[in-house]
Amino acid sequence: MKLMKRLMAGTVAGVLLATLYVSATRAADAPAPAPAAGVNTFNRLMKPKSERNPPPMQDGIHDPSNEGTGLLQPPKEAFKELPEISSGNYVDWVQALGKQLIKPRYDRKNPNEEPVVLDLDIVREVKGTMPDVVYPHDRHTMWLDCSNCHPDIFIPEKGKNQISMAMILMGQKCGVCHGKVAFPVAECRKCHSKKKDGSGGGKPAAQAEPAKKPAK
Amino acid sequence: MGKSHIHKPKRNFILWLMALLILASGVEIVPQARAEYGDVVINNQSDKAGMRPPIFPHWFHRIRFRCKVCHADLGFKFQAGGNQINMLKIIDGEFCGACHNGEIAWSVENCDVCHSGKPGTPTQVHGSTVQKLIGKPAPAAGQK
Repeated sequence: MKLMKRLMAGTVAGVLLATLYVSATRAADAPAPAPAAGVNTFNRLMKPKSERNPPPMQDGIHDPSNEGTGLLQPPKEAFKELPEISSGNYVDWVQALGKQLIKPRYDRKNPNEEPVVLDLDIVREVKGTMPDVVYPHDRHTMWLDCSNCHPDIFIPEKGKNQISMAMILMGQKCGVCHGKVAFPVAECRKCHSKKKDGSGGGKPAAQAEPAKKPAK
Repeated sequence: MGKSHIHKPKRNFILWLMALLILASGVEIVPQARAEYGDVVINNQSDKAGMRPPIFPHWFHRIRFRCKVCHADLGFKFQAGGNQINMLKIIDGEFCGACHNGEIAWSVENCDVCHSGKPGTPTQVHGSTVQKLIGKPAPAAGQK
């Protein structure tokens, strides 16, 4: 009887130790936890460059035991030639498109259809000391259709839209794309680009009423 | 006398085992997802149906199509899980099926190329600011 109990306890202990071992090896696959030692450690909370754009097999949401996962292209392979920024996909998509390093179709079937680009900048004067925001329609209409933003997300009239960084961070207004697929708010200067005194920075801004002016 | 002599070490042993178990499970919950920015996991039905949830690689499609193609022409709303996509619609040429039809892109027989997520992964836009801030899916697009 005693022996039986001991055997059972031993089995339970064995199973638990195995669980512990598996967890420990999985933990080793996980992003290394902040090194505990050393007051001079740099960037304790920042993802090192080597961990950016991980391949699907190691990215934590794809199932490595799924056959199809192995067929997927690792993002790094595609991004190799593309200009870099320091957040999001770490790819400057607007530049990549401008330099024709990527040639995304504007029409599902027709590879030669050109986008209808609207060249109109909207300036938003912002509170505090941050530079004013210049919203460039051209860089957005290269990718999007007017109906993607107007009128559901933005009322197409100057002064009619209340926007705050809090709303953007919570995924509203600009945050519907910026912070999800388009560059996140860490790229402050990309939007806050016009000096308050009006001297330089950003593009010369038209404050006129939005008028559709397709340009190629 | 004899009884307590046997029971005390055993109780201690069980306590140790429990501590080990808690430690082991604690290691398990360390977050380790660090997939590509913008990857969309859609798990409206997959878990319930016993399929791996599909993962949509935004970056991959962005290289090949402008946002407008899917988000204006095909009617994809700007919200993860906000489109009532199902396999019937896809084989009838809606949503993913507008391209994944064997003409523009490979067809639906490659189930596990899309259905490649770890089971139980919730619907999300991976790496989004909202996810980082509150760990919940973003509120519906178009909210004022």
